[in-house]
Amino acid sequence: MNTDTHAAHADDHHHDDGHAHGTFSTYMLGFALSVVLTAIPFWLVMSGALPSKQITALVIMAFAVVQIVVHMIYFLHMSPKSENGWSMMALIFTIVMVVIALSGSLWVMNHLNSNMMPMHEMTGMK
Amino acid sequence: MSPDLLKLIFGRLSIDSLPLHEPILVGTFVMVALGGAALLGGLTYFRLWGYLWREWFTSVDHKRIGIMYMILGIVMLLRGFADALMMRAQQALAFGGSEGFLPSHHYDQVFTAHGVIMIFFVAMPLVTGLMNFVVPLQIGARDVSFPFLNNFSFWMTVGGAVLVMASLFIGEFARTGWLAYPPLSNIGYSPDVGVDYYIWGLQVAGVGTTLSGINLICTIVKLRCPGMTMMKMPVFTWTALCTNILIVASFPVLTVVLALLTLDRYVGTNFFTNDFGGSPMMYVNLIWIWGHPEVYILVLPAFGIFSEVTSTFSGKRLFGYTSMVYATVVITILSYLVWLHHFFTMGSGASVNSFFGITTMIISIPTGAKMFNWLFTMYRGRIRFELPMLWTIAFMLTFVLGGMTGVLLAVPPADFVLHNSLFLIAHFHNVIIGGVVFGAFAGINYWFPKAFGFKLDPFWGKLSFWFWVTGFYLAFMPLYVLGLMGVTRRLRVFDDPSLQIWFVIAAIGAGLVFLGILSMLMQFAVSFLKREQLKDVTGDPWDARTLEWATSSPPPDYNFAFTPVVHDNDAWWDMKKRGYHRPLTGFKPIHMPSSTGTGVILAGLATAMGFGLIWYIWWLAAVSFIAMLAVGIGHTFNYHRDFDIPADDVIRAEDARTKLLAGAK
Amino acid sequence: MTVAVNPSQTGEPVFYLADEHPHPEGYSTSLGFWIYLMSDCLIFAMLFAAFGVLGANYAAGPAPKDLFELPLVAVNTSMLLLSSITYGFAMLTMQQNKTAQTQMWLAITGLFGLAFIGIELSEFTHMIYEGATPQRSAFLSAFFTLVGTHGLHVSCGLIWLVTLMVQVWKFGLIEANRRRLMCLSMFWHFLDVVWIGVFTFVYLLGVLR
Repeated sequence: MNTDTHAAHADDHHHDDGHAHGTFSTYMLGFALSVVLTAIPFWLVMSGALPSKQITALVIMAFAVVQIVVHMIYFLHMSPKSENGWSMMALIFTIVMVVIALSGSLWVMNHLNSNMMPMHEMTGMK
Repeated sequence: MSPDLLKLIFGRLSIDSLPLHEPILVGTFVMVALGGAALLGGLTYFRLWGYLWREWFTSVDHKRIGIMYMILGIVMLLRGFADALMMRAQQALAFGGSEGFLPSHHYDQVFTAHGVIMIFFVAMPLVTGLMNFVVPLQIGARDVSFPFLNNFSFWMTVGGAVLVMASLFIGEFARTGWLAYPPLSNIGYSPDVGVDYYIWGLQVAGVGTTLSGINLICTIVKLRCPGMTMMKMPVFTWTALCTNILIVASFPVLTVVLALLTLDRYVGTNFFTNDFGGSPMMYVNLIWIWGHPEVYILVLPAFGIFSEVTSTFSGKRLFGYTSMVYATVVITILSYLVWLHHFFTMGSGASVNSFFGITTMIISIPTGAKMFNWLFTMYRGRIRFELPMLWTIAFMLTFVLGGMTGVLLAVPPADFVLHNSLFLIAHFHNVIIGGVVFGAFAGINYWFPKAFGFKLDPFWGKLSFWFWVTGFYLAFMPLYVLGLMGVTRRLRVFDDPSLQIWFVIAAIGAGLVFLGILSMLMQFAVSFLKREQLKDVTGDPWDARTLEWATSSPPPDYNFAFTPVVHDNDAWWDMKKRGYHRPLTGFKPIHMPSSTGTGVILAGLATAMGFGLIWYIWWLAAVSFIAMLAVGIGHTFNYHRDFDIPADDVIRAEDARTKLLAGAK
Repeated sequence: MTVAVNPSQTGEPVFYLADEHPHPEGYSTSLGFWIYLMSDCLIFAMLFAAFGVLGANYAAGPAPKDLFELPLVAVNTSMLLLSSITYGFAMLTMQQNKTAQTQMWLAITGLFGLAFIGIELSEFTHMIYEGATPQRSAFLSAFFTLVGTHGLHVSCGLIWLVTLMVQVWKFGLIEANRRRLMCLSMFWHFLDVVWIGVFTFVYLLGVLR
């Protein structure tokens, strides 16, 4: 968060919009990968090719993560160098926040439901 | 006219929506109307409208926007504090069968409005205003990254404030407490406009806050002057960076949770209802994911202010700069891991509660480290007890107390006893007044000469200081006692007469704070009248250390005629010590952003849309939404948003300063 | 400028830039826009959290299995994916200064976007017609809000796209317009990334459940 090297930063004479550009081949590669990474999970779920639902769920989640990384690299041109690393830093920070808030909410609410029995299950008890 | 047509035109709004049956409100309205008419009349009489519009409302200058934020914060402080006085008076009176003077319908609005206004429209504008004014100066920049956006953000905050204020005289405000928990805030239990005012007031202001957060992050990251590495940034800029990161990472959460509540109320979805699988506790969970970082959004810049003040007035370099920075960063991240301590009693069980209890206790460690850094900075310093330093010392004593009661509340079993008691109320007022408010006042006294070119009057300042500090202790120490005795928050009447004495003491304290606020207003007035005596010609009235003191007071539009180059943490101190000579020749034209009224118009339309949605005046909402879209898109067709300040103007301004400086010697 | 950071050779430290160039217009824009996208990302994260917590509360109403038609979702996903690559082509032709081709690719991107919105709307109307309204259960509330918010973003992207096409038509591929096209490109690809989350967690995992 405090790279001293960053200081010599801001040389602004040369034009730099701080964003790498793709080429035709990287775009096509990204597209091809995305098609494959989208098609397989759909096929897995629609055909039920894997023996158990848990495994299928884990596999398609893994595919989603890989595809997000693919999009980040080939379409959003993320690299550790863009904006002197600040883009990447912002992304990592956001991912940390997302993970904390998402997993935290699920954990908290799940424990609440198992301890307190939510309203909609209570109505079923009558 | 037929009722259908009336409903089409006015929605839920009717003559009954005006609170003509409540004498307190009618009285207030008459006062506000008279005061407002006097103000408007005065502005018209002195022909100030054009000046205000051109030089202030449409200005994209970060300094002017910062000052406008401060004015907004202080005006709203008067409203929020009036609510506080009413609550203290009500609770001191309503004993032994007496109902006090506030009916419950009104009292519930008062405590809700007090919380909402103090957090969103007092503390936030004060903090944002100081950051806006100071940060670009401290990093040697000419303005923020997105000057137009800055103006727009400010007016969105004003729009939110306008909606909340409108609820006083048109309809009513929420009666739900400042976070509007469902199911109470859902349509079944709050069918009137109160919660809708709450929702749209916060949404409109929230857009402004988020955008201003993005803006300031970019400013700090991209516009630092040469030589200013991250670890050479002034501590206030560091805390501002962390605060704005927190804003950008947490205000979206508030936006979502309010949007979901809106859907529940307007569309009939089932997010937070008790039926059809909804979960009200999910709202509590989500809103505190925003709510806890919000606390640190407010207090981090205050820590930054205290760091600047302590080192300036002790005449020493800040002790432990690196640890200060790391403590700030650690707090930034940890502030996301503690939100559940606001609802330990919800029933998530031991594992969840102990996790969040422990993270809460951990967060007090970096805060404690900061406290020691300030103490060691003062140690063997030549301390000057000027007003900013007085506020800082009061902060240190008060905040430690508030922090310790916070650690106490972080223990889940203790929290089960103290949850929603007056002990909690005392605790968070202890940290917010002792931290944020004292910090804002230290900052105002410290940077006022920079903003206006004259110091604030010390006599009235000290009077205000002592009224505030003693008033604060008198007002809130009794609440700790009452909380330990089991008195819960938001009660309107009491049965046990033995409690009354504590509430009376608290009311006296609130009265002293009121005198403190009056003294502060006096301080502004007296300082303005004595501005020639209190004049600061050097631009560095406190013999300070950071870059904002290198330019004149008030700074020229362009801040620095030449972009400074920094070699040290205390850049200006370093310049003074190593024989910096102010450049007198070689001035060039300076490229600056132009003023624009688009921000005012957009925010005005957003406010109108909010009003339409609150009152179900659908045509108004639709028309203002479409107009907003059109104005926004129209604005993007303007490609010429900058101009050059001619070199002659720069020479004129700098020559004037040279003369002033020569006169000072 | 790096020279100025070090004390100059004459011994007198340099305290200001005698000769400076202002930051170019739009110097902070791409970082600023990226940070905005990060905040938007948190908006979606919270909607995912709401869906994650409430998504199994059917309230004796329809469940994902009864509602979702995966082939339709697959078609919709491909619309968005195709629009992503055509936007990429627009950026490539923009770099080669081919205004007409850029406009063409932008238009094709817009059509794919429209198709996506169209399919989504027909899916929504079908569901509502079958009684699976947002009011029916917390699951459906969370579903419509999450997917609808994504659709709303795509619609905003379409309005923006049209605006930019008009601006390119009027003013050409000038620096400011290139920067704006770059921002929209980030926005568009970002929405695609969010959609990966939507089709995986909402549709595929929903049907599996």
